[in-house]
Amino acid sequence: MPEGFVGRGLRRVEDARFLTGRGRYVADLQEPGQLHGVVLRSPHAHARIAALDAEAARAMPGVRAVLTGEDLAAEGLGPLPCPATVQTVGGPLIIPPRHALARERVRHVGEGVAFVVADSAAAARDAAEAIRVAYEPLPAVTEAPAALVPGAPLLWEEAPGNLAFRFEKGDRAATEAAFADAAHVVALDLVNQRVHAAPIEPRAAIARHDPATGGFDLLLAGQSVHNIRDQLADAVFRLPRERIRVHCPDVGGGFGLKNFLFPEYVMLLSAARRLGRPVRWVADHTEEFLAAVHGRAVQGRGRLALDAEGRFLALHAEMIADLGAYCSPAGPACPTNSFSTAVGGPYAIPAMLVEVRGAFTNTAPVDAYRGAGKPEANYLTERLVEEAARRCGFDPVELRRRNLVRHFPYRSALGMMMDCGRFAENLEEAARLADRPGFAARRAESEARGRRRGLGLACFLETARGAPQEWGGLRFEADGTVSILLGTQSNGQGHETSFAQVAADRLGLPVERFRLVQADTAAIPRGAGHGGARSLHLGGGALVLAAEALLGKARAIAAHLLQAAPSELDFAAGRFTVRGTERGVTLAAVAEAARDPASLPEGMAPGLAAEALNPEDRVTFPAGCHVAEVEVDPETGAIALLRYQAVDDYGRLVNPLLTAGQVQGGVAQGIGQALMEAVAYEAGSGQLLSASFMDYCLPRAADLPALEIGFGECPTASNPLGVKGCGQAGAIAAPQAVMAAVLDALAPLGVTALDMPATPLRVWQAIRTARDG
Amino acid sequence: MYDFAYHKPGSVADAVKLLTADPEARPISGGQTLLPALKHRLNRPTALVDLSGIAELKGIRKEGDTLTIGALARHVDVAESAEVTSAIPALARMAANIGDIQVRNRGTIGGSVANNDPAADYPAAVLGLGATIVTDRRRIAADDFFQGMFTTALEPGELLVAIEFPIPEKAGYAKMRNPASRYVMTGAFVARLRSGEVRVAINGAGPCVFRQAEMEKALSANWSPEAVANIRQSPEGLNSDIHGSAEYRAHLVTVMAKRAVAEAG
Repeated sequence: MPEGFVGRGLRRVEDARFLTGRGRYVADLQEPGQLHGVVLRSPHAHARIAALDAEAARAMPGVRAVLTGEDLAAEGLGPLPCPATVQTVGGPLIIPPRHALARERVRHVGEGVAFVVADSAAAARDAAEAIRVAYEPLPAVTEAPAALVPGAPLLWEEAPGNLAFRFEKGDRAATEAAFADAAHVVALDLVNQRVHAAPIEPRAAIARHDPATGGFDLLLAGQSVHNIRDQLADAVFRLPRERIRVHCPDVGGGFGLKNFLFPEYVMLLSAARRLGRPVRWVADHTEEFLAAVHGRAVQGRGRLALDAEGRFLALHAEMIADLGAYCSPAGPACPTNSFSTAVGGPYAIPAMLVEVRGAFTNTAPVDAYRGAGKPEANYLTERLVEEAARRCGFDPVELRRRNLVRHFPYRSALGMMMDCGRFAENLEEAARLADRPGFAARRAESEARGRRRGLGLACFLETARGAPQEWGGLRFEADGTVSILLGTQSNGQGHETSFAQVAADRLGLPVERFRLVQADTAAIPRGAGHGGARSLHLGGGALVLAAEALLGKARAIAAHLLQAAPSELDFAAGRFTVRGTERGVTLAAVAEAARDPASLPEGMAPGLAAEALNPEDRVTFPAGCHVAEVEVDPETGAIALLRYQAVDDYGRLVNPLLTAGQVQGGVAQGIGQALMEAVAYEAGSGQLLSASFMDYCLPRAADLPALEIGFGECPTASNPLGVKGCGQAGAIAAPQAVMAAVLDALAPLGVTALDMPATPLRVWQAIRTARDG
Repeated sequence: MYDFAYHKPGSVADAVKLLTADPEARPISGGQTLLPALKHRLNRPTALVDLSGIAELKGIRKEGDTLTIGALARHVDVAESAEVTSAIPALARMAANIGDIQVRNRGTIGGSVANNDPAADYPAAVLGLGATIVTDRRRIAADDFFQGMFTTALEPGELLVAIEFPIPEKAGYAKMRNPASRYVMTGAFVARLRSGEVRVAINGAGPCVFRQAEMEKALSANWSPEAVANIRQSPEGLNSDIHGSAEYRAHLVTVMAKRAVAEAG
């Protein structure tokens, strides 16, 4: 469709709303008669609650209720579930009860202990300060390896040794045999540090309860309304699902964090039911640092076996995953299932083995963050490739070239079926952009100024899908617009534009005619929300199926109106015509006619709408090659990122402008992880040392060079649009590219090992250690 | 934020009267430190005395060898002042690099110096230039003013009115920022005064801005970056946090001093 909308870099239709302050976020919305909730949080990493006295707080002006763990227990509320399924070995995944408010014991700083509801947020905060909690502190452990050491402080009786699960995937015998016969073996101990997604809009929600119907209404800043609804209904409140409506207004970023059911939503719903009034809660950023979920937090040892020519023979990953104090809904799945889909990256590695131990620690729960296991897998893989190049004397580009998957379909050692890709083209184009021949001169120029320059190149492979299946619908409305109904969700990705482009081409209508309906369990019968770079792949596929169904119905109506057989009609540019004649009717006219039963074929229901469930469960394989060039100030350890280039394949691009925006955002977060970001707990006390942006370093615009992002389109057959997921890729690619550049810069100084984030302090320490031994 | 009363006096005398009458009242100028503390409920003053309406606290003027900056001069005012730029360019450059644009458009020199945050910029210039603090009741030498972390010679109710900077022969400032907060992790302000005195003030590294005597001596003998390049600051007593250990800060003292001298020319 050369004249179509798909493939055009349209500016987002939602931008006018967002950029002029007319977006509607939860914090903007006020409910008549609303009350305000504030969570009293544990100041201890691990403690027994000996006593909780809320009498003074309850008596304070404006206070309507103070809820405790005992109150929620008396209400019969179930714990927050963890629906993750992990193929464990040596026993099932242990999921300890996670109650919305702590009962008897707190297990991380920031865990909710009481929920105060008052006429104003200030009154609720005053009252929270008046609650007296007698804590008996217990020893705490905040690092996963330490938690697995015998004798470590124990979080859960049901999880001896703090071990939540043991996971194993791959062919152990084949892997061990390959290592035994290898000409080269390299090994690396790596930490993929705990980070915080930090969406600009913190979590927020407003809960209402209708005593007439017994139904709940939860308006929240979320990414996955159906999952949250189902978990609330099935596990916590034990109600029929249709009695709980969960919906979102505009959402200001999520990055995975907002997919999940959080304790605060349970507190809000309980309070709304008890008090018969709407109750709202808007987190501040400190609460988000303390008590949302963190991401990554995986560490361990990777090994790579190579033959004499540098061909990869086997990869072995032995990881420890930090789950935090509880199993968050997808927490155990990210470092296991998800990690295993992407480990080995775009390389042909005949044997692989992944072993993961999950540990409980006295920290906030860990769950999916942009990539969710795949950044960890790709980082491990690429660091091993770099290490092999350095240790064994291979050129890093040539070593990659020699091992990339080139023939498709390709079935990986862990069972992933890659349908297509342009891995080699991505690498060659990126290597050309990197201007390797000119690097020596650039390095010399830096050295003349007392700086060390480094060039890094790294590949990535994303395995994009998230939850399988998706639902979509299309409906002509009375006002002439067409509603696109989807079970996926935009929280800033531009779906109002990209999905309209898809629908516009299918229906031959302008993009302005479409309205996106999303994120509402009352309007959308089912869906899996946002996550896993799944929206265009699965939601786009659902939309195409819905469009086909809608056109089928429209064709029948048009045939009736034109007094022709449906098979005699052609559809093009939004118009049905009787083949070989000038006679025709537009789709808009068909939709108008469909409102009148008299215009319809016998027995057809009025209105023009269709829906479809897309049963697709295949994964798409976005991939690319990224290049970073850095300059290190060896005196201070400070790193300047000078250049960043990417050559990526996301299949066919529906809107290249939005794709570039997605990649930019992901790359910025990946750079943040490589150079700046780290959640830091104090050993022993378990206090969070990075509880605000004063201590948690996010990249600023000035930290980033202009990102040069190019695309090569290799369409997948896994969906009718040929698209591959682009939302997570930047965060999956950037850490290893940046770290390769940093290590390249530091190599002349003798630095061979460095973990993220490569902060000035860390870099200076690494240089000093290399120098002083 | 807890509730507080709000006053907006029109004169230094009225402000001092309000502050003296209520020991729990706090003066506020740009609010770049106090307001976040209030929002986090870390501070509970009974009243805020807003200084922004007091004309006596405003203005930047050069008289002879002295540059006088009123307490209410915002960082952006200092950065863009022709008087400051011509008399003490290092001070204007310092002001231009404090915090971010929002902070520079609100924060004031009086607030920064009176607060004496160890990670603030201005105390290094005040101490490094040997400036004089003018209050509603007396004049205090910089060497006597900064007494410890968030502690100064100001008495309860005493108001910082202006700062008198001697115009130096040359001066320079270099700093390493905390990557997250962008506050000073370690900075060095170096100056050679017209009297011939050389001063080196270190901020960010310790609990309070301090002078580096060994470097002052070395620079007196030989004003060059090389003169300080091998002088080691002891890490003892220096600040340590997740962004910088005491050893790292001690190392940065030398690096920043060297760069400050280079900048001073």
